[in-house]
Amino acid sequence: METLRKDHQIIALLINKGSKVLDLGCGDGTLLKKLSELKKASIQGVEIDPEKIKECSKAGVPVIHADIDEGLSDYPDKSYDFIICSQTLQAVHKPKKVLDEILRVGKKGIVIFPNFGYWRIRKILFFGGMMPKSNELPYDWYDSPNIHHLTIKDFKNFCKKEGIFIEREYCFKSLDQEKSSFLPNILCRFGMFVISR
Amino acid sequence: MLLPHQVFLCKGLKDINGMEENTKKQSVGLVEPETITFDSIELECGRKLSPVEICYETYGKLNSRKDNAVLVEHALSGDAHAAGLYSADDKKPGWWDIFIGPGKAIDTDRYFVICSNIIGGCKGSTGPGSVNKKNNKPYGTTFPPITVRDMVNAQKKLIDHLGIKNLLSVIGGSLGGMQVLRWAVDYPEAVKSAVVIAATAKLSAQGIAFNAVGREAITSDPNWFKGDYYDKGKNPEKGLAIARMIGHITYLSEDVIEQKFGRKTKADKDTVNGDCSTRVDFTQDEYEIESYLSYQGDSFVKRFDANSYLYISKAMDAFDLYRDYGSLENAFKNVKSGFLIVSYTSDWLFPTWQSKEIVKALKANNISVTYYNIKSESGHDSFLVEKEIGELEEVVSPFLDNIRGR
Repeated sequence: METLRKDHQIIALLINKGSKVLDLGCGDGTLLKKLSELKKASIQGVEIDPEKIKECSKAGVPVIHADIDEGLSDYPDKSYDFIICSQTLQAVHKPKKVLDEILRVGKKGIVIFPNFGYWRIRKILFFGGMMPKSNELPYDWYDSPNIHHLTIKDFKNFCKKEGIFIEREYCFKSLDQEKSSFLPNILCRFGMFVISR
Repeated sequence: MLLPHQVFLCKGLKDINGMEENTKKQSVGLVEPETITFDSIELECGRKLSPVEICYETYGKLNSRKDNAVLVEHALSGDAHAAGLYSADDKKPGWWDIFIGPGKAIDTDRYFVICSNIIGGCKGSTGPGSVNKKNNKPYGTTFPPITVRDMVNAQKKLIDHLGIKNLLSVIGGSLGGMQVLRWAVDYPEAVKSAVVIAATAKLSAQGIAFNAVGREAITSDPNWFKGDYYDKGKNPEKGLAIARMIGHITYLSEDVIEQKFGRKTKADKDTVNGDCSTRVDFTQDEYEIESYLSYQGDSFVKRFDANSYLYISKAMDAFDLYRDYGSLENAFKNVKSGFLIVSYTSDWLFPTWQSKEIVKALKANNISVTYYNIKSESGHDSFLVEKEIGELEEVVSPFLDNIRGR
């Protein structure tokens, strides 16, 4: 079996066998397919990009062509065990609404986002005086799909304020490499949180 | 059979379109319609229709496990002739020939494809133009009203006759999509997967409105004779042509009409009423869109029966899964099929929101769904248009493949 990306490995460990999983911004469906194979999960993807829809179809991953910003109003309360939102939150128009909906429809949410507080990003902004570009955030300010940049600290503060319970927290130096959580907001490129309400 | 040079031609065209070179798309070749007669069928209205003939075609081979059958549903003006040719010099292949055949989206090298003419139709299956055995006269409007459920029940008899218990997939667009929904709701055990294209679980008021105008055109034609025109030596051609013209406008998008025809005139001049010194002739087509619609209307009357148009359009109007089950969510309660729902951004007759409601109701029942809202410019008819078919193929082909593997 090919090796799974580290964040996918962790998600596969977090998810119980036979869980119902919804992946918001599921891309080509790689993660969902793995979860279906490894965990016999009942899977459903949501994706806005037509090319990814076609890739999901090839992978046999059921996917709904939709804009997450338009909400999950089609889905009943607590109808999924897990809702994954991987590197999507920073690109939606209303992240608060999306997170509220994740926690309404899902029993648990798994959120992964690029950490804008990562030291290299701070460095570019501080010394370069420009909006940072990196492997994780490769876009120029004017054509970036990422419209709500956040840091790990921002996310934690948000959860506290909104009464969202952080069950687990992971940080990654890259998505292939998990880091100990020492100074995560400075040393991690990505944050991953398991949340519930 | 395709001759080698024809295969070469196909391949050349594919290269231009940028499609994969190694997939050889071919025609199913020469086909023949078949007809099966059933003693009777109980209709939704309570009447019994007897006997009932169903005209159908099949392509590909049914495997020994009989689990590779795909039922294709046709739309209002379609028929059992979905693919292939009737003779070597036949210029017009079946209505979905771009989608069905060896190497095509519904690959006849893998699947056994069945398509039958709906009851109420006029292409070989029993309809208002058929002879009523009780008085040896064509039914006309004494033919009982039919519904989408009746169409599906007749197909179920055909499937049973062919010895098929489970359909790998039922696929259709427009009215065909309505039949697919009916199949999945009424025969959950028999339908492994359902592909619903440019369809709705209930026809909109706008859809009913257009159908109503089409019917009015037919019934107000003096040659309609309350439906008893079969022995009169004339039939409501004009009315049917107008109905088709109206229908055709609703199948196209504003964009595509603008692009294709714009304000182009036939004589390439933009005169208003012709020669102003004589009587004005309003019957002449002036703009290209006019002559296009006239052509569509005229060619339709040669192949379609006006009474069938009335009956089938009524069946479309009446289709309403919301009403039948209290809610769409409730309608899908016992459904077991996996679903692929496709809508087109330029379809204003069966708009995207109607497909989204189907998706929502399926999700509420925890049914596996793939939904693709295809960006298109050809309107409701996109699923039949060659330049739009690639996008549909890219989801339907792997969908069937994955269902087969399951």
